[in-house]
Amino acid sequence: MLEEILFQLELGLPQIVLGLVNGAFYALLSLGLAVIFGMLNVINFAHGAQFMMGAFVAWMLLNWVGIGYWPALVLSPLIVGAFGVLIEKTMISRLYKLDHLYGLLLTFGLALIIEGIFRNEFGSSGLPYSPPAALGGPPVDLGFMFLPKYRLWVVVAALAMSLATWLVIEKTRLGAYLRAATENAALVQAFGVNVPRMVTLTYAAGVALAAFAGVLAAPIYSVNPQMGSSLIIVVFAVVVIGGMGSILGSVLTGFGLGLVEGLTKVFYPEASSTVIFVIMAIVLLARPAGLFGRA
Amino acid sequence: MGENREMAQDRRSLLKTAAAAAIAPALGAGLAGLPGRARAQAANTLRIGVLNDQSGVYREISGPGSVACVRQAIQDSGITQRGVNVEVVFADHQNKADVGSTVARQWIDRDGVDVIVDVPNSAVALAVNAVVREKNKAYFNSTGATTDLTGAQCSPNTVHWTYDTYMLAKSTGGAMVKTGGDSWFFITADYAFGHALERDTSKFVQAAGGKVLGNVRHPLQSTDFSSYLLQAQQSRAKVIGLANAGTDTINSVKQAAEFGVTRRGTKIAVLLMFINDVHSLGLNAAQGLVCTESFYWDLNDRTRAFTNRVKGAMGGNYPAMSHAGCYASVLHYLKAVGDMGVAAAKASGAEAVARMKAMPTDDDCFGAGRIREDGRKLHPVYLFEVKKPEESKGAWDYYKVLQTSSADEAWRPLAEGGCSLVRS
Repeated sequence: MLEEILFQLELGLPQIVLGLVNGAFYALLSLGLAVIFGMLNVINFAHGAQFMMGAFVAWMLLNWVGIGYWPALVLSPLIVGAFGVLIEKTMISRLYKLDHLYGLLLTFGLALIIEGIFRNEFGSSGLPYSPPAALGGPPVDLGFMFLPKYRLWVVVAALAMSLATWLVIEKTRLGAYLRAATENAALVQAFGVNVPRMVTLTYAAGVALAAFAGVLAAPIYSVNPQMGSSLIIVVFAVVVIGGMGSILGSVLTGFGLGLVEGLTKVFYPEASSTVIFVIMAIVLLARPAGLFGRA
Repeated sequence: MGENREMAQDRRSLLKTAAAAAIAPALGAGLAGLPGRARAQAANTLRIGVLNDQSGVYREISGPGSVACVRQAIQDSGITQRGVNVEVVFADHQNKADVGSTVARQWIDRDGVDVIVDVPNSAVALAVNAVVREKNKAYFNSTGATTDLTGAQCSPNTVHWTYDTYMLAKSTGGAMVKTGGDSWFFITADYAFGHALERDTSKFVQAAGGKVLGNVRHPLQSTDFSSYLLQAQQSRAKVIGLANAGTDTINSVKQAAEFGVTRRGTKIAVLLMFINDVHSLGLNAAQGLVCTESFYWDLNDRTRAFTNRVKGAMGGNYPAMSHAGCYASVLHYLKAVGDMGVAAAKASGAEAVARMKAMPTDDDCFGAGRIREDGRKLHPVYLFEVKKPEESKGAWDYYKVLQTSSADEAWRPLAEGGCSLVRS
């Protein structure tokens, strides 16, 4: 009996670690979505495309300008974030007075266009991007498994970034303004805060988070135009399960669902792409506002 | 009340938009490249439709490159100098069988298309096979993998040109067992193509005295394979067989390199890989992999000459075996047309294919060969190893030949396919 349990544990432990790595991506991406939805009430369907752009900008920096991974980790989110500013200023800002659906349709259309452009330029089978030298080399021996250093770094970076975002929004004055503006924009504006600019920058920050995740993903997954669209649907499910707009909820749910998915891959791999949606359906039935959402 | 109506209106227009968005690609596909004037059924005009993936995971191995290769075949055949018009149309089947068969029907019924070429994705390939047979046109499949095209569902209107799951399994699977890889674990794409490839390869592994220790089936277009790779490692198999394709294969190989799977002596057998996949992986991740193709641009003087002719029109991509198959099949068809006349070729696709089977084939990509009565094109098959970065002399210099299987030994024996066209 004990042997049986130990054997299952030996099988399961590595999968838990791998689940955490995938969960890190879900957490980062759903965090950006939650920030944007929480503050702007826009369902940003272009999030996957912006994640993909983050990876591609890192690739371009390396191959066209010769800038490596570490600077790209900062530069790529800034560049893609600037692109987010452009989109928000010229298009999304015109839709705030209308129904959510318009924002969704607009960003969905944008995602299709961006992906199409990249596919035309770079093809669909993807580009190579190596992990940085410091994190390459042989995998680390954890006793029960070998884990590439880079994956370990992904979990650490994602956790740090999530924590920082949460701190900024919950604990700083800027965050307080943001939350106040969400409740009553006119009143906050009356106090002399430039709300439209704050909203623009919030969107840019959400987009930059997606791009940051994109750079993190570049050495692990194939850098290809559809890399975002295959993740984004899962990430939306994560956001719905966590509760739309809840920062802490989306981070915890992201990691948690990564774990569940990882374990499914051992015990019933065929269902690994659907298990998250089954959970989503159950959560929506039991708690329509999500696990951490306010009804 | 007024507000209600407005809302209903809103919702209806939203639905309309959504519906239009869903239908538009298919419609656009049907019309792509077809000028409205081209309705007149000019007796000396042949129309060739390239039906493939123009926007998804198989774009690189089919897509615009196949169209360029078909145009090259028309040019090289010299048929236009003899007063025959040949027009090329193309469409995106989006890897959906229903879209593929709808476009094929439209092309044949409305637009006067005589030949359909390429058609990656086994599911779409089989759907189009049925349509072309019903309408008695000609069908040259280059990028589909399923052996059913020349087996249970073989058709007098069809030639399966480039490769199939049997030949991949025999070449790669057989070779791996011979070099000591006698225990296998499969990572398999969970649909018809993956299952067939796994089944065929298992057969060769077991026939050669090897064992299959286990398998895991992943959903199509997964991003994370580390979990499956770990399960494969835990099985202690000597060979991990990848029975998947496209970005699934690329991600599997990339992550196997990341987890140092091969460093501990496990070998990776990529059962279906194209040179464009190697390009995408980079030699660092792909070095040492073994794969099977029936064409490589740098095989000999003829393949290099072909590549130089067509390269400029391929937008930075190099021809894969799938592209070469589009070129060679259309070239051979046009030879048959020159032989039997345009009118006869247009009147019956089956007659045109019969004429193609009666003539020996010869082209720059595959050399001399022939088409068997079940529609299987026969040519040699090569087992390649991907070069190390330091061995590669430049862009796209990726393969060295490990083994060549002759046309006689590479393919499934005629009697084993169960094709109804074969008289016993």
